[in-house]
Amino acid sequence: MAFEPKIVGFLCNWCSYTGADLAGVSRIKSAPNMRIIRTMCSGRVDPAFILKAFQLGADGVVVMGCHLGDCHYQEGNYKTIRRIPFLKKLIEQFGIDPRRLRLEWVSASEGDRFAEVVNEFTQEMRTLGPLKLPVHELMGKNGERAKHAVHE
Amino acid sequence: MVTIKIDNHEVQVPEDTPILKAAEKAGVWIPTLCYSDLVEPYGVCRLCIVEVVRGKRSRVVTSCNYPVREGISVLTNSPKIQWLRKSIMELMLSRWPNVKVVKDLAKQLGVEKPSFISLERDEAEDACVLCGKCVQVCKDLVKAEALGFAHRGIKREVVLPFGVNSERCVVCGACVKECPTGHVKMVIEDYRGKKPEFTLGPKTAIYVPSLQAVPRVPVIDTESCIHFETGGCETCAKVCEPNAINYDMKDEVQEIEVGQILVATGYDVFDATHMAQYGYGRLDNVYSSLEFEMLLNSTGPTGGKVQMKNGKEPRSVGIIHCIGSRDANHHPYCSRVCCMYALKFAHLVHDRTKAAIYQFYIDMRAFGKGYEEFYSRLLDEGITMIRGKAAEVAEGYWTDNNERTLLIRCEDTLIGKFREIPVDMLVLCNAIEARHDSDQVRKLFSISKSPDGFFLERHPKLDPTSTTTDGVYIAGCAQGPKDIPDTVAQAGSAAARILSLISKGEVEIDPVRAMVQEEFCSGCRICNNLCPYGAIEYLEEKKISHVNEALCKGCGTCVAACPSSAMTGYGFTDAQILAELDGILI
Repeated sequence: MAFEPKIVGFLCNWCSYTGADLAGVSRIKSAPNMRIIRTMCSGRVDPAFILKAFQLGADGVVVMGCHLGDCHYQEGNYKTIRRIPFLKKLIEQFGIDPRRLRLEWVSASEGDRFAEVVNEFTQEMRTLGPLKLPVHELMGKNGERAKHAVHE
Repeated sequence: MVTIKIDNHEVQVPEDTPILKAAEKAGVWIPTLCYSDLVEPYGVCRLCIVEVVRGKRSRVVTSCNYPVREGISVLTNSPKIQWLRKSIMELMLSRWPNVKVVKDLAKQLGVEKPSFISLERDEAEDACVLCGKCVQVCKDLVKAEALGFAHRGIKREVVLPFGVNSERCVVCGACVKECPTGHVKMVIEDYRGKKPEFTLGPKTAIYVPSLQAVPRVPVIDTESCIHFETGGCETCAKVCEPNAINYDMKDEVQEIEVGQILVATGYDVFDATHMAQYGYGRLDNVYSSLEFEMLLNSTGPTGGKVQMKNGKEPRSVGIIHCIGSRDANHHPYCSRVCCMYALKFAHLVHDRTKAAIYQFYIDMRAFGKGYEEFYSRLLDEGITMIRGKAAEVAEGYWTDNNERTLLIRCEDTLIGKFREIPVDMLVLCNAIEARHDSDQVRKLFSISKSPDGFFLERHPKLDPTSTTTDGVYIAGCAQGPKDIPDTVAQAGSAAARILSLISKGEVEIDPVRAMVQEEFCSGCRICNNLCPYGAIEYLEEKKISHVNEALCKGCGTCVAACPSSAMTGYGFTDAQILAELDGILI
């Protein structure tokens, strides 16, 4: 079976999550690879969550928030835009391709854009292949989370 | 006050009143050609002469500029005056035999035909009678001083200075309005950057915005008001008895503190010039729906008469639905109101004219209470319904009288034929679209919009009036195209929501909050500056941060930033999100 990446999406409640909802309501087809975690604001996304996601076997992580200036909490997405570039540098040092982490702005009215981002990111992860980290091996050896360690 | 005697009438008037005005009050008619209430009397036509008797002396004076004095008696129709007036009138009639005002006045004074031979005889019907009203009104009232007299004696004439277009003219048209013969004319040309526009809007610079305006007071359009151009005029202030005209009023910005806001900013009308095939703005007698509505209105420019630009009644009227709506190139949505107002237009045109009426529709959507019945009634009235959107509008001619008409080319899908239908008047049912500045308004209130550009409600079915921002509600076409009953219902619902919160007196807040676990907080204060609401305060005595629960909105930015995980976001705790991650990555 061909490789299908596991992708974690952190979506802000007011724009991107509503946008994803709109994509669903409008019956726009998108890759089923993304698993969505709703947060109240993209600013709530703790860098630790993203690292944890990679550790637990995610092949890519997308953080989606409102367009700049549209944040429901005035400036939460400005905090996110400061955090993600640092995190990209950090994961590179961990041996993770920085392309596996992405920050996107999707508003509540952009259902089509949501689907587009998901499809495009999934395609990119497919070409990058499965993420292999030493920690995945270890976890497999210990018997814990062996399921996460190897992808088909 | 002084008391004077005019003919046999005693009259009391304030001192310095001209005799002419006093006579008016006494009900005595004095003929005049050059007198105007708007300007200083000038005494040039000499027709208003009267005999003033003071003691034994008597004088002939012009009544328009002769102030009354105590004890004088005035004879307006003595044999001497009659003879003099008749002579003046004969001179005038000899010079301008065809001018209507002169002819009428001559008839009133018993002058049948000109008895002199004038060297300056002007046979034109709109000849200048040198009354000077235009010059006076321009000088005294408008204060533009763009017109003047030139030459003397029989060569005297009204001119623009040096015979060229005057820079001082404000294109107000007061001279045209004052001219008794129609000699002064407005020439339409692009002049001083002012292109005359022919709109269906107000015709004067001071007007009542609409008959339904609340409060119903007139407003001044400072762009076209003469007073704001030259500092003169003030005619409206002169005639306003309660002295309500205030030229110094300015737009002002007021700051009002409120707890809740209802956004009902309405809609824009789709600009039909984007669909050039229908000729809007290019061909005559092509109207947008709002313009046609004005035309049908009894307070509109034609008083509700359906007529073409040439003043004739149209032989046939076409109404095209879905201009810009239900159209993949413009707006995919249905504007909802057009079908019904198009039927109303048809009904009114049928009522007021003998015109044949054609409706071009994609689908008839008579969706509301009583709407389908109205549609059936219209069908009985003999309106022609053509299913099929018109392809284009061209120009054509009626074969019987060679008059120009519009030709609608369309496919009638009910008979499966291509048709060309001549109409004299065309009404386009423009789409309702989101207001051009809706993005700014949206950002102001921090609310979202749906893909069609209208404001987004919290839930399309369960919460159609509130938004994702607490205390901000939406109603009417700001939320999406809708007709009046729907708008009233939605606005009523929003008002009730607002009132319920006011009467309750307290606001329930979401349980999603941030909370400091005091034993873990190191007092680093990183979170303090992150909070956009200033909800986090630093407790000096405890050396820890503290969240004000009433201010916190629960975004969680501080939670993500806390280096010692002392900040917890209820509803979205680290443990909950990590467990979610754990679950979805199995």
